[in-house]
Amino acid sequence: MRRFLRPGHDPVRERLKRDLFQFNKTVEHGFPHQPSALGYSPFLHLMAIGTRSGAIKLYGAPGVEFMGLHEENNTVMQIHFIPDQCQLVTLLDDNSLHLWSLRQHSGASELREEHRFTLKGPPGSPPSATQITAVLPHSSREVLYLGTESGSIFVVELPSFRVREDRTITSEAVLQQLPEDSCNRRSCELVEALQEHPKNPDQILIGYSRGLIVLWDLQNSKATHHFLGSQQLENLYWQRDGSKFVSCHSDGSYTQWPVSSDNRQPEPLESLVPYGPFPCKAISKIYWQTTRNGLPYIIFQGGMPRASYGDRHSITVIHGSQQTAFDFTSRVIDFFITFSSEPAAEFEDPSALVVLAEEELVVIDLRTAGWPAVQPPYLASLHCSAITCSHHVSNIPLKLWERIISAGSKQNVQYSRMPWPINGGTNVAPDPPQRDLLLTGHEDGTVRFWDASGVCLHLLYKLSTVRVFLTDADPNDNMNALGEDEWPPLRKVGTFDPYSDDPRLGIQKIYLCKYSGYLAVAGTAGQVLVMELNDEDAEHVVDHAEADLLQDQEGYRWKGHEKLKTRDGPVRFEAGFQPFVLIQCQPPAVVTSLALHSEWKLAAFGTSHGFGLFDHQQKRLVFVKCTLHPSDQLALEGPLSRVKSLKKSLRQSFRRIRRSRVSSRKRRGVSGNASEVQEANAKFDQDALQEMELAPVQRKIEARSAEDSFTGFVRTLYFADTFLRDSSRHCPSLWAGTNGGTVHAFCLRVPPAERRMDEPVRAEQAKEIQLMHRAPVVGILVLDGRGTPLPEPLEVAHDLSKSPDMQGSHQLLVVSEEQLKVFTLPKVSSKLKLKLTALEGCRVRKVTVANFGSCKTDDYSENNLAVLTNLGDIQIISLPLLKLQIRYPCIRKEDVSGIASCVFTKYGQGFYLISPSEFERFSLSTKWLVEPRCVVGAPEATSNNHVHSKSGLGSAARRS
Amino acid sequence: EFRRFSLERSKPGKFEEFYGLLQHVHKIPNVDVLVGYTDIHGDLLPINNDDNYHKAVSTANPLLRIFIQRKEDADYSAFGTDTMTRKKNVLSNVLRADNHKKKPHIVISMPQDFRPVSSIIDVDILPETHRRVRLYKYGTDKPLGFYIRDGSSVRVTPHGLEKVPGIFISRLVPGGLAQSTGLLAVNDEVLEVNGIEVSGKSLDQVTDMMIANSRNLIITVRPANQRNNVVRNSRTSGSSGQSTESSLPSSTPNILANSLQGEEESDEEDIIIEDNGEPQQIPKAAPTSESLESLTQMELLHESTQNGFLPSSEMNLNHSAGSISMEYEVQDADHKSLEEDGTIITL
Repeated sequence: MRRFLRPGHDPVRERLKRDLFQFNKTVEHGFPHQPSALGYSPFLHLMAIGTRSGAIKLYGAPGVEFMGLHEENNTVMQIHFIPDQCQLVTLLDDNSLHLWSLRQHSGASELREEHRFTLKGPPGSPPSATQITAVLPHSSREVLYLGTESGSIFVVELPSFRVREDRTITSEAVLQQLPEDSCNRRSCELVEALQEHPKNPDQILIGYSRGLIVLWDLQNSKATHHFLGSQQLENLYWQRDGSKFVSCHSDGSYTQWPVSSDNRQPEPLESLVPYGPFPCKAISKIYWQTTRNGLPYIIFQGGMPRASYGDRHSITVIHGSQQTAFDFTSRVIDFFITFSSEPAAEFEDPSALVVLAEEELVVIDLRTAGWPAVQPPYLASLHCSAITCSHHVSNIPLKLWERIISAGSKQNVQYSRMPWPINGGTNVAPDPPQRDLLLTGHEDGTVRFWDASGVCLHLLYKLSTVRVFLTDADPNDNMNALGEDEWPPLRKVGTFDPYSDDPRLGIQKIYLCKYSGYLAVAGTAGQVLVMELNDEDAEHVVDHAEADLLQDQEGYRWKGHEKLKTRDGPVRFEAGFQPFVLIQCQPPAVVTSLALHSEWKLAAFGTSHGFGLFDHQQKRLVFVKCTLHPSDQLALEGPLSRVKSLKKSLRQSFRRIRRSRVSSRKRRGVSGNASEVQEANAKFDQDALQEMELAPVQRKIEARSAEDSFTGFVRTLYFADTFLRDSSRHCPSLWAGTNGGTVHAFCLRVPPAERRMDEPVRAEQAKEIQLMHRAPVVGILVLDGRGTPLPEPLEVAHDLSKSPDMQGSHQLLVVSEEQLKVFTLPKVSSKLKLKLTALEGCRVRKVTVANFGSCKTDDYSENNLAVLTNLGDIQIISLPLLKLQIRYPCIRKEDVSGIASCVFTKYGQGFYLISPSEFERFSLSTKWLVEPRCVVGAPEATSNNHVHSKSGLGSAARRS
Repeated sequence: EFRRFSLERSKPGKFEEFYGLLQHVHKIPNVDVLVGYTDIHGDLLPINNDDNYHKAVSTANPLLRIFIQRKEDADYSAFGTDTMTRKKNVLSNVLRADNHKKKPHIVISMPQDFRPVSSIIDVDILPETHRRVRLYKYGTDKPLGFYIRDGSSVRVTPHGLEKVPGIFISRLVPGGLAQSTGLLAVNDEVLEVNGIEVSGKSLDQVTDMMIANSRNLIITVRPANQRNNVVRNSRTSGSSGQSTESSLPSSTPNILANSLQGEEESDEEDIIIEDNGEPQQIPKAAPTSESLESLTQMELLHESTQNGFLPSSEMNLNHSAGSISMEYEVQDADHKSLEEDGTIITL
């Protein structure tokens, strides 16, 4: 009976929970992992990106985003928009075709898969007969032409995917039409390219891989022209008026061919190897864009001299005498050209080159002199240097927001001012309710500030901490400094740079106070920088302090990396956050926790050895506390070097290979009694196999002891103004939680503002709590007399929070990996607890207080704990009673990096990395939901719509 | 020396009072003594708490023979079953311990100095094929000492026999707690941890659950060897007499229950060091908070629970000690079953 009366099943509460909590994965931010295909619709002004895991993502104007996922999770090979339709066709690597369409549904468009189709050949034909290599959506919007490996071109109707066998263009039929001498030695091979005539929809250009190109009349089923290329064909491109086309080839050449009615077998007008005369790599795709002023833009991918520049990922733009080879940081997947001219216009007048590389999207403004890059409003490469940590700040005051934006705009002067060229669709989502910042720390010592308010995660400002330190790499080393007469005229574009000069620069912890503009950043080599926002460039000396965390310990030797060398003298900093204090922990271990109190002007930091408190007003170290257990050797000696362990594992694997070679040689050597040996070997193998099966994964059950390593590791630091000593007077306090389940509490004496510079800040240890279950402490929180968490520093001063209740008794919440426990204050006695691990075997990985508003009533909201466990579940736990409210599975439990990267916001949303370059955004709240909501309407179809088909999407390249 | 005195059988009073009375009667007010009595079977049994004192008084018909020894020269081996019949002249042995050279006995301290390390519990509510074992982990010096692994077991389901994934004990660490109890064995299937079913949980989850509960671990297993199961033939054996302290604490020896409670609390209680540097256990905030025990050193907590700890090589002796403490458990059950199920084997 008691079971039914549990408070958790109170119907009123259950209803309220439905109004408060709801789990949604709303949008993916960042750059898709492993993109494999690109498509563009000049009609819709939408871009589509396919990935190796079968995802397809559509982007238009900022905020217009769609995502679809192929059930098969196969690589997307090609994407083609259907001309003048809100539809697209994808080709996967399992040779299946999928038709997707954008349909409006209750005020917003949705991307849905409508049909799927796999081309089947006649019975008995080899699979290559139907292996699709080229796709041409015809401008009639009724049929798709599918070029195959066998050289046949199949015709399927849309949207039913019915094969019109009567209209199949077989290679035999094509060869019959050609004169004997041109077809004698070459079979047609596979279809490399299919292009529709820009003026006459009844003619298509067929390019076969061996170099034969045929202009085919669909009405009369006959070849009107044929062109004999001498090189392997890569791709074809029609000029706008249909009088000429260009072919590009595997030897790095391109050829221009005339199409006229008088000559049925024309010779090339011009054939060129742009980066000759030495052997060049293939030109895999080419555009020939006409302009009003007569000089065409010739844009092609590849073609670099094989020996010296064969490893470059380049796209060359030639316009008259200007020629630039854009050098990309990763492999080019595909590219297209946008143009703003009317579809019926005589000239194309290209406006931008959009390149999808493997790790980033680069857009080049072709209208502005110098061809500067355009900063994309979305698809940011989060991983341009690996993300090492993230920090979210909700509800940024407008003043700070504007200052950050202005600091960022000064950094982005090199970018083009061109409006974003891909601007299809309309964003109908409500404006983001508040300004949110997501800060990511990177391996190269930078902190990036992202606008995380809405659907588009947009880079606002980039902060580098490198300038403070002396590193091997010269920061003025300019990769782009190439001489005038350099050939080929390479120019590096893109920001992706995963190679860190010095891993010690990596950012590990970030803390931003949104009211004061103070920022604390801590890194891998024990460095802690406190910064202030300055709107002007400045040159000043960074104060330097050292915190010896091993003070009272003797005879220990740190075997990890050395501390970073600092730059002497004044350093020039650009506008933005400028460091004024550097604290270096000794030994220089990774900073594992960081807290900043902007009102008291104090910064606390912790490593695996201990923690310290720094007064950044007086620039004085207040105290350090060593948390190290004397037997903890591992923490003392530093982390095992990654290089060393890699070397070791390499050595081991080489040994293993050698051993197996030796043993196999032995086996072969003894041929006399081969059967016997074989038998013995078989037996041995079997035994080994059995042994392997008998020793499955097993786990040791062992209570945690005080001697476990890394018990001194400081996991969390927390400032609170609370009743630490007695119940009548409250005072500033600092709390620290360690990996060994210890909580240290220090009573602080901060002099009043008028004497702040004169009197020192004092601290003395007031309490130490040892949790008997010894699990790592991951969170500490003080609840006021009403059970509400204490506000952030300066929050009350800015009238953004009610002042905490200092009358009632405060409570201390300690969150360990295994339990949540509430203690009374000032006399620490345990009041409540919630065991997680003991009941479910899960461990707390991340915990935050989040405010949940009701979607029904505006004035109701409550604070709860959002907890992420090692199983990837998110649990919402009420405060202060610690009752489990609801649980959602969020991240796969195998996805360790996803769980480790998760960050919660103050209002019940969160982010985690689904790949090195993508954040998944999720929401636990019914009220705060940021998701794309957009409409893509089909513009009126024009009568002479066939001209559209000749833009980017019409290309039918088979990528290798 | 013999003294004869009378007690009111209906109101025996407390052991402390009785002890005081004995000291008074024998005029040895400051001498620590061991008190024993002979029961109806002629066994010499100890009197050291209220329960066995009451038991002793109730068995007197009408005379109760009580033996008193000085604690320093006590012969612990004198206690136990058959002691009186085996040693006909136990009296002389007891009173003149230094009389003749004997083989030096290994001294086993008295039951109140022991604490339980494991027990089989809830025998009356579990199916016969299952066994619920409680392991008590004190301090940090002795490993729990077992490993678990994934495996599969066969279950009877509505669809017939089905193979389901399960968690099994894969290895016992020699000398570890699990091995020393003899209650867990390799290939036993783990069904529950502290009352929570493990089905559907991963190996890592179960590992974490066990470690989180390691101070007071209760695991329910299906022993691989089903031959040692308790065969419960009647209500009498299934009655409260068989179950032990956790299900029906009132029926169990008081010492054990007391020490158990003490342990459970110390498991719950974290230690706080106030600014005067003196560690204390954190009391519960509830109004019924226990008197808080002030410890001068953090390690003291461990020490206080560790005295009387014996290496596991003396298992056979422990068994006999165990049966002493259980002396008035179900009388009709035979000796073997006593050892195997209901007993609390104390170390």
